[in-house]
Amino acid sequence: MLEIKNLHAGVEDINILKGLDLSINPGEVHAIMGPNGSGKSTLASVLAGRDGYEATEGEVVYDGKDLLDMAPEERAREGVFLAFQYPVEIPGVNSTYFLKSALNEVRKHRGESELDAVDFLDFVKEKMELLELPENFMKRPVNDGFSGGEKKRNEIFQMAVLEPKLAILDETDSGLDIDALKTVANGVNKLKSENNAQLVITHYQRLLDYIVPDFVHVLFNGRIVKSGGKELALELEEKGYDWIINGELQPA
Amino acid sequence: MSVTMTEVADNPTSPIDRYLTAFDAMAKGSSDREPAWVLPLRKAGMARFAELGFPTTKQEDWRFTNVAPIAKLPYLPADGGNVTEDELAGFPFSKLEGSRLVFIDGVYSNELSRIEEQPEGVTVSNLATALNESSDLIEKHLAQYANDETATFAAMNTALFTDGMFINAPKGTIVERPIHAVFVSTAAEEGATTNVRNLVVADANSQLTLIESHVAQQDGAYFTNVVNEFSVGENAQVEHIKFQDESKKAFHMGALHAKLERTSNFTSHSIATGARISRNNLRTNLAGEGLVATLNGLYLTAGEQLADHHMVVDHAKPNCESHEYFNGILADKSKGVFHGRIHVHQEAQRTDAKQTNKNLLLSDDATVDTKPQLEIYADDVKCTHGATIGQMCDDAIFYLRARGIGVAKARQMLMHAFAGEIIDRIAYEPVREELDAIVWDRLETDLHLKDAEG
Repeated sequence: MLEIKNLHAGVEDINILKGLDLSINPGEVHAIMGPNGSGKSTLASVLAGRDGYEATEGEVVYDGKDLLDMAPEERAREGVFLAFQYPVEIPGVNSTYFLKSALNEVRKHRGESELDAVDFLDFVKEKMELLELPENFMKRPVNDGFSGGEKKRNEIFQMAVLEPKLAILDETDSGLDIDALKTVANGVNKLKSENNAQLVITHYQRLLDYIVPDFVHVLFNGRIVKSGGKELALELEEKGYDWIINGELQPA
Repeated sequence: MSVTMTEVADNPTSPIDRYLTAFDAMAKGSSDREPAWVLPLRKAGMARFAELGFPTTKQEDWRFTNVAPIAKLPYLPADGGNVTEDELAGFPFSKLEGSRLVFIDGVYSNELSRIEEQPEGVTVSNLATALNESSDLIEKHLAQYANDETATFAAMNTALFTDGMFINAPKGTIVERPIHAVFVSTAAEEGATTNVRNLVVADANSQLTLIESHVAQQDGAYFTNVVNEFSVGENAQVEHIKFQDESKKAFHMGALHAKLERTSNFTSHSIATGARISRNNLRTNLAGEGLVATLNGLYLTAGEQLADHHMVVDHAKPNCESHEYFNGILADKSKGVFHGRIHVHQEAQRTDAKQTNKNLLLSDDATVDTKPQLEIYADDVKCTHGATIGQMCDDAIFYLRARGIGVAKARQMLMHAFAGEIIDRIAYEPVREELDAIVWDRLETDLHLKDAEG
């Protein structure tokens, strides 16, 4: 589904990713862990197409297409979803209007009929319950005045509505208390299927107690320096990153 | 832009002389047309206008708005062109319930107007007719509020006004259905001029909703000079919505002078989308205790348009609130000007005054001059003001795009939200909803989005 080969990318001429390789198949959950500054959020930004993030080398093939060649909205319509580390507050834009527009763009792209307001609200009702969102939620402006936990739940709620093929969760656990973390993780787990994949980016192992990955990769200095199964996350929790980093820094 | 800059050279008379000629014609018919007390007012207005002349950018209050193009216009008194019922139906707010007063080039149209039966004692009329029918009442109010000695265009208006709306809601009357005054310009000629005068007298405990719209049939470089006077009595509630949608080549000078009595609630919304150069002088006199005055504004400009709002909020008495919220969205080489002076007199203790002016610039060539000004002579007051000038938030656009929404739609949504901050403040729902749709539409079809694509 996603094939990243020798990706070099950065922002404003500063190289952050320096030859990253990663392969994700449908039905898999991958976790990317790494210390601060290793390039985790840069990877999320490059995959989602944030302005200013440029790939200088390598390729990203998504469903047989060149992902880096697509505008951010095309990627979203093709089924790539980024759950933001810092969801943006958009005062004045009503949540119903926003999400209905987004869903209809995706549906149009898939060749499905657009939903009107009534059908839309029907469609989202169950998903709101999944994320334990209050009833008035859809009447509020997007993320405006939301607590940290509400913002993160909103991200996963949008993911539930848009039903992406590839979801990238960028530090979704940051700023969440344990109850909110469980709600969010529960939502993510329910959305998992054999046709979609999830890429979970996190600094801490904590989230991976609830979203159990099939593969764990350690990102350091812009490259994946170690990959393993879910037990690698536990090992990192126990020993920290130093043992890998030190190994990495020693001349071969 | 088709305004001829050589007009002065072609025409040997000075701008004021042209208006003097027009005034002589106006004065000649005065005794047949209107009560005898009007002519001295007109003469005083003309004298003041002649003395003040057209303002220049050397004057502090006109520093950012150059009205030389208006001074250079020829003076052609506009006369009633022809507008059909169908054409009228194509203008905004034409389907609102309630009464409708229609003025074509400043001349009242009996055929197109529709005045509903009103609660007892309420007058809904054109001013020219009312001057004869309610002479005593009007004499007490006309030119009593728009009497600022430095107000050039108001003085010109007093000298030369032809007609406008006159509304009187006597004590305790509640006018539930809105009253809409539509001013249609049919002028294609450069310099076709109308002086519109509106007078609203809302007595104690009355309630009114008024819509004033200025629209154009043609794309002419005409000139509208409109003065509104409001007398808002004790505990009265008035909501006024002005929609200035003149031709993009036209010039629009507007003024609103309101005297507000104790515990009244007065709100005026100024929506400016039209005219090459527009200015709205807002003057509110908070003359009683415990009242609330709200002035809102939204300006959408593109091309080489200039939209100027210039206000003075005069807190003369204690325990009053005033709020001003003005947002502008500016594309191309257009220009916004905002000046907001809050004057809190020594007696006006426990004043609560808030003012904000926010501007969204869609191009590098668009500019805004914003100038909040507080003059506070009382010690127990709460005054806040703020102004922002910025571009559309890239993070918000990316967020919307990352959900599948295209860049043009994303920008439109954000602009609409920004405009919505002002539109949402309109209490009268049918106007709020229609205006919301108009603005959404304009942001899509006008230059704003094309500009934003760049």
